[in-house]
Amino acid sequence: MDKDLILLGHGSGGKLSHQLLDELIIPTLSGIPVAGQNDAAVVEHNGQRLAFTTDSYVVDPIFFPGGNIGTLAVNGTVNDLAMMGARPLFMSVGLILEEGMSRRELAAILASMREAADLAGIAIVTGDTKVVPRGKADRLFINTSGVGVVENGVEINGCNARVGDRIIINGTIGDHGIAVLAAREGLELGTDVESDCAALNGLVSELLLEGDALHVLRDPTRGGVATTLKEIAIQSKVTVTLREEALPLKSGVRGVCSILGLDPLYVANEGKLLAIVSPERADAALERMRLHPLGRDAAIIGEVTAVSDGRVQLETSVGGMRGVEMLAGEQLPRIC
Amino acid sequence: MNYLDEFRDRQVVLGFAERIRGLVAGRTTPMTFMEICGTHTMAIYQYGIRSLLPAEVRLISGPGCPVCVTPNGYVDRAIALARLPGTVIATFGDMVRVPGSSTSLMEERARGADIRIVYSPLDAVALAAKNPQLRVVFLGVGFETTAPAIAGSILAAEQRGLANYFVLTAHKTIPVPMQILAADPELSIDGYLCPAHVSAIIGANAYRPLAEEQGVPCVVTGFEPTDVMQGVEMLVRQVLAGESRVENQYRRVVTAEGNVRAQAVLAQVFTPCDVEWRGIGVIPGSGLRIAEPYARYDAECAIPVAVEELREHRGCLCGEILKGKVSPFACPLFATTCTPEAPVGACMVSSEGTCAAAYKYGR
Repeated sequence: MDKDLILLGHGSGGKLSHQLLDELIIPTLSGIPVAGQNDAAVVEHNGQRLAFTTDSYVVDPIFFPGGNIGTLAVNGTVNDLAMMGARPLFMSVGLILEEGMSRRELAAILASMREAADLAGIAIVTGDTKVVPRGKADRLFINTSGVGVVENGVEINGCNARVGDRIIINGTIGDHGIAVLAAREGLELGTDVESDCAALNGLVSELLLEGDALHVLRDPTRGGVATTLKEIAIQSKVTVTLREEALPLKSGVRGVCSILGLDPLYVANEGKLLAIVSPERADAALERMRLHPLGRDAAIIGEVTAVSDGRVQLETSVGGMRGVEMLAGEQLPRIC
Repeated sequence: MNYLDEFRDRQVVLGFAERIRGLVAGRTTPMTFMEICGTHTMAIYQYGIRSLLPAEVRLISGPGCPVCVTPNGYVDRAIALARLPGTVIATFGDMVRVPGSSTSLMEERARGADIRIVYSPLDAVALAAKNPQLRVVFLGVGFETTAPAIAGSILAAEQRGLANYFVLTAHKTIPVPMQILAADPELSIDGYLCPAHVSAIIGANAYRPLAEEQGVPCVVTGFEPTDVMQGVEMLVRQVLAGESRVENQYRRVVTAEGNVRAQAVLAQVFTPCDVEWRGIGVIPGSGLRIAEPYARYDAECAIPVAVEELREHRGCLCGEILKGKVSPFACPLFATTCTPEAPVGACMVSSEGTCAAAYKYGR
């Protein structure tokens, strides 16, 4: 393998992405290993903790059932802040436009960004716009950065999972990845799967009422639930055991996954969070989620079962047991 | 009824497991069954089937992942074609990561080659129709399940009068290698879980020589966990009764004669040939090449290109793994230098490869 080439798989959110971060990007730029990385950095200034994050969006197609590249760019950054327990405050928007892009489409995307920002309660306060020659970008790429404030007493971190903790998800998995795939490939599958793209900060503020019983929050975007839980397991040095039967899954998503040979555990989500909660408060946290519009299908999908070097295993729907690894290579290119 | 849950029912699966345990209790020598098809391999790992079976029943994986048995030389030729100006390679996704002698299609794509992933060969025909200035080469890899669709794409290209659609074929047929593996004393296969969808095309009768002349029990088995468990139970019962018959567990899809229409299309467009299986070698009569009347669609004949010198990867046990002789865990490269993101052997590439399944689910 030619080590000099950047491959599509390096952007998959899976193992190759982690390698690129660990071997090149982080050692060169900052020096903190990726295993200690969360969705956003939490920095302290004058006694006030701030969460700070950035993300770029290159989804193809730019419009898909349930959203567009703009709603994704706003909600994605809001969610990265929310996963640190932060209250999102300010956001920047950088636009890279391809020569020849439709102004009408751009207007529609900007309007939905504004709407998404208003809904999430975050203010778009600065930005930048560049246009590149036709063929040098694919219609529209967006970068958003966001800042939020972490209140005193909030300690959410990927390394906080403890043996006995329950794993809760706020709804069905794989909706976004399958909606985008079906839209991109023009797959006529007779399903009405829509992206779950949504801002999760409202749901998170409900969960924060659980105080220090709430140990970890993370949104399973690229790489899906499997990759995200594996990251957390490594960070917390624990084994996570999932029950396949408990995983909420729309029948349309399951059908498409079965046809195309995809594992929904690796398919991206854009409006889901995994909450890792101490066992005595798990039912209460689940109840809080179910009362929220974005948590109606919430379910406890597993628990932290042992101290280890970071493992995830799955009790299959038929009672067998198998290991779960990070996404290797690319499953679906450019889903966010 | 949605035809998924019913075939993934825990109680039914556990019931089969219980019965199989009862049947083999007290046996001193294990029974060895080979699943041929990569989709079976994947299902067995994905559902943790091995963890449900008693030690007396051993499942080994055979050479039934078409990507995995595609030799280096084929990949090298595809790469050489990809480097020609004005040429698009259209392929099923798994092929882009298969390593050739020195590079892969994935790397060539990063270097600028035009490689498109399609879900159907007809998408490649549509691509050719839309871009008459380009040559579109579809990588025709697969067993009897995919071969009819690819034969159909050649007929579609002919019907549309396309002169820029080509297929680079590496098609293989399943029954002959099954006969060779069954005769291998090192393996001593006690029964075959015969492929599900290949059998839908060729029919369950195709395994009769195996069962009746070579004495190997054969059960055509579906891909869902209840199918696999029932298939195993049927094999166990045949072994215990000292029988060797072809049984059809997958009756909801497979018939004794198979899909006669698909067989006719195959016979029209393809002709049997000797073909190389990665790790196994050339097996006479186990391949399909494009027949003379359709030779202008055959990329190998129609597009002359210099292919780099063949180089095999050292230390890779793909061949032994494909024959079921060693498990992926016994390969010194497994999960060290050979991983899904940097595969050395093709078994690690395809989502249906034995090593990829073992890596993803078995560790």
